[in-house]
This record gives sequence, C-alpha cells and structure tokens, in this order.
Amino acid sequence: MARAVSTRKTVVVTIFAWIVALIIFFPILYTIITSFKSETEAIQGFSLIPSGTVESYGAVQAQSNYFKFFLNSVVLSLGSTFLALLISVPAAWSMAFSPTAKTKDILMWMLSTKMMPAVAVLVPIYLIFRDFGLLDSRIGLTVMLTMINLPIVIWMLYTYFREIPGEILEAARMDGASLWGEIFYVLTPMAVPGIASTMLLNIILAWNEAFWTIRLTTTNAAPLTAFIASFSSPQGLFWAKLSAASTLAIAPILIMGWFSQKQLVRGLTFGAVK
Amino acid sequence: MGNIQLKKVNKSFGATQVIPGIDLMINEGEFVVFVGPSGCGKSTLLRLIAGLEDTSSGTIEIDGRDVTGTAPAKRGLAMVFQSYALYPHMSVRNNIAFPLKMAKLDPALIDKKVTEAARVLNLTNYLDRRPGQLSGGQRQRVAIGRAIVREPSAFLFDEPLSNLDAALRGTMRLEISELHHQLKTTMIYVTHDQVEAMTMADKIVVLNAGNIEQVGSPLDLYHRPDNIFVAGFIGSPRMNFATGEFSKPYNAHSIGVRPEHLQLSTQSGAWRGVVGVAEHLGSDTFLHIHVDGIGLVTARVGGDFAVTHGDQVFLTPEEGRVHKFDDKGLAIR
Repeated sequence: MARAVSTRKTVVVTIFAWIVALIIFFPILYTIITSFKSETEAIQGFSLIPSGTVESYGAVQAQSNYFKFFLNSVVLSLGSTFLALLISVPAAWSMAFSPTAKTKDILMWMLSTKMMPAVAVLVPIYLIFRDFGLLDSRIGLTVMLTMINLPIVIWMLYTYFREIPGEILEAARMDGASLWGEIFYVLTPMAVPGIASTMLLNIILAWNEAFWTIRLTTTNAAPLTAFIASFSSPQGLFWAKLSAASTLAIAPILIMGWFSQKQLVRGLTFGAVK
Repeated sequence: MGNIQLKKVNKSFGATQVIPGIDLMINEGEFVVFVGPSGCGKSTLLRLIAGLEDTSSGTIEIDGRDVTGTAPAKRGLAMVFQSYALYPHMSVRNNIAFPLKMAKLDPALIDKKVTEAARVLNLTNYLDRRPGQLSGGQRQRVAIGRAIVREPSAFLFDEPLSNLDAALRGTMRLEISELHHQLKTTMIYVTHDQVEAMTMADKIVVLNAGNIEQVGSPLDLYHRPDNIFVAGFIGSPRMNFATGEFSKPYNAHSIGVRPEHLQLSTQSGAWRGVVGVAEHLGSDTFLHIHVDGIGLVTARVGGDFAVTHGDQVFLTPEEGRVHKFDDKGLAIR
C-alpha cells in the first residue's frame, strides 16, 4: 500500500527542499548577478539587483582571450576523458570479470592515491614535467588529468560492469567472440549508461580541476580555471570582472550538466535497484 | 560428429578440489544428463567441457581431438545457460545471428540460417523484438536458437529450465527432447532435478562431491542403483532405507525399498506403522507412515486407499524389489 502523504506535509517538504536548493545554488547565482554589475556596484555591498551592464565581460575579453582558454578546457577535459576510458574499460573489465585474490587490494590502492593531498606530490611532479618539457603543454596536462581521475573512473566502471551478468560474456565467448569482440559487441553496449555517466562525470571533474591546471601551465595550455585565477590574484578586488570570468568559465559545463542531468542521475544510481 | 571423452579430468579452485578425477565417454548423438545435488560439481564439469574453466589436470577430447587447451569458441560446442544469457541490447534476430557474425559468414547465409532456426523454434514473429519483451519460455527458445544455428558437434545445457514455472518446464522439456530427435546431435544437460534427468536422458551421470557415482540409462539407475546415494537420489518420492533388525533377514547392512514397492494392509504385514500425513494427488496417494525403528516411511498407494491420520497400517516390501547394501553403502546383488 502506498504511504499516505498529507498535502500540508508535501508543501512543507517542498518549501524546505527549495530553500536547501537555493542555499546550494546561491554562490553561483550571486556570481552571475555580480558579473552584470559595474565595479563600483560590486563593492558597495549586498544587492541582488544588478544594473545590467556587460562592461565586465567586455573588459575580461579585452584583457585575455577567453576562447583560447575555453578551447584548452575542451581539449583537456575531452582528451583526458578519452584517455581515461581507454585505460579504464579494459582495467575494470579484467577486475570485474576475472578477479584474482588481490583485486580488492588493487582497487583500494587505486582509491588510496586519491586520499593523499595533491600538494604532497607537487614538487616531484613539477620536476618531472620540467625535465620532460611538459610544463604548459596540453599533452602533459591531459596525461596529468587522466591520472588524477583514473581511480574514480575505474571504480565507477568496475561497479557498472559488476552489474552485468558474467554468463552473457561467457555466452559471447562460446559464440566465438574474441576478447575485443566481447568487449566491443557485448560489454560496451550493455554498459553504455554507466560509461556515459562516467564520461560526463570525468569531463566535469577535469573541467573543474584547478590545482594542477593552474600550477603546471602559464599561457599555452592554460584552461578556464587558470583564466579565473588570472583575475583573482593580481586583481582580487575587481569583483565584477572576476565574476564575469567565473561565469564564463562555468557556463559551458553548467549547460552540459543541465542537458545531461538525467543521464548523470541514472548513471550515479545505476544498479541501486535491480 | 560429437564424441566427447574425459580422461582423468581434475579441477581444483585453489586448495579446494571440486572434481578429483573423472573418466567419462559420451557417444555421438547421445542425450547425457549430469545430475546431482547442488555443489556436486556438475556445472563445473560442463564448464570444463565448454572450456569456460581450465582443467587442473587430465584431458578432454572431442571427436578424438585433444581440446584441453582450446578456446571455448574453437571447440565446436554451443551452450545454453540457466539465465538464458541473451544479449539484451540486440534484437532476437541479432542474438541468433551473433555466433554466425562472429564466424564472419556471408550475410545472406546468416539470414537464411536465422530464418530457418526461427521457424523451427516458433520465433518467426518475434525476430525484431528485444529479449526484454519476451516471456521466459520464448527467451529460452532464443537461447536454443542461438545454439542450433552454429550446427555444433554437441549442445551443452546448464540447468536451462530452472528459471521457468512448472507448467512451462514440462513443455520445454518435451521441446528439447523433440529437438534432440530432430537434430540427433550430442547433448549434455545439467540439472539437479532427477525428474528431468529420468525423462530426457539416454544416459544419466549421477555426480556426488565431484565423483561419478553411476552412469547408466534412466531405468538402469532406477532398477539397479550401484549404491545408496544413487538409490536415494533417483526416484520420486525418495527410496526408504532401513538398517538393523529390518535388514537382518536380507543379510545386508541396510536395505532400501521404493514407495511404490511397499504393499499396504490394515490387517497384517512385515512392518507396523502409524499413518502421518497423507498427500492425495488423485491418481496416487503418498502416505507418510511412522514405523518404530525406521522413522518416516513413504508409501505409494492407489488414489482411493482410505486411511486417515493416526490409523495403524502394515507394510510389506514386495518380493524381489528390495535393494540391499553393504556397510560401505554399495549394492549387494
């Protein structure tokens, strides 16, 4: 029997949910509002009504080339996601379908690399990048972002793959599919929802990654995170410009997230209910 | 072709020995059923033949060719799984065509074979559906279709009917038997259900703890079980066993009598007991009778044998129908 829910309860819960959602969304909203203010307005104090000027956007674009950063962000996030999937699909496949006694340990070890603060390896990584001439290069940063997100990607795919009955893969093996045939014709199509949401999440993570992207780049390979940073450090008091830069940086991923939210939610809850 | 020979096949998972060493000959065209309680190694044995598991030692030969190290697809076998293992993202047509596509056959030939298989299995109207849109029985037929298009030298069935309801199971049992008569291909069928084993098999292999207890035709096993395990496993309801003073007159350590080989009387007989639960099936009645010194004894009587709970009855084993066993549980003949 369905649980009876009174109208009053529904209203209260709905209002509460809206309040929580607004609190979470507010920083982003206020950034967007501030970006449409003039610099004087921005420092005057709290106000939700901007004058609507777009002078900050003009100033930001004039000061640095937004599209170059945007393009770098796209290349880095898509490139690192592609690379991560290329490595993690076979890795997750082998761990999900032919696990050994050490599989669980390997998974934990992978995750443990995410528990260490990134700054702890800053110096060695920086030196490696310097010596291999990878500083401020898209290739170097793509590899770096791949490595950072690889544990999460493998973990997610591993969980999705575990949901796929092993008998189906065995059937494919009996039917004459080679190892790659099995992965390509059977496993991947069945895991599409999982792979898609992993991909989306990885793109978002890579897009927003700020620690390494800022430290290992200067101009050539700098993505939008570095673009925002370039406004915050020397000109920390120019709130309107900083807000405009931030809005420009988060807009693409926000739009992508909006359109793929169904896929994302489905992916994140995949397998929770059979 | 379709001779399969196992020579000293052994399988261990780590330190656990699942199959200690099996020798078995399966002849061309035979319907062989591996039967045994769960965990007896019957599925493992099938998977060893399929190549989905590697043998720890011993050899497997198909048509005289050593395939012990050969990949599953190269053994010329087709398998039907318990869960059907259909490809959910492909239509029925593509499911059936998949092994042929993997073999890189000519598309026109694939189409012809798929159409033919669909006709044989009554799937013609469902070719463009996804497995998710089919009933359990139809899904199982698709799985069988996927197996027959390959024209394998042998079919392997791993408990294919256990996900179906009782009525459908009966129908599919007939269909598979019928298919065997049509194709005349070797079939190896794994089940824990001795009724399936008895009704379908040419040859039954009874397994227990990884060992073959007995190999024989269904009636062979029924009439002449080699040991207590086979005697108790084959036949439904189960054989009744008795020891001590009950087996002494027969010069045996223990004796076994099937429920259908006990004569009942309300007047006199060899064993005296009190009627417990009576299961009326209409054609037959199964009486569960408490006999002092044995415990619960099952007897099959005619549908209209009138006794009720608590009545006293007498049981007499039929002459020549008593199975005798020595202290190791082996049959005395």
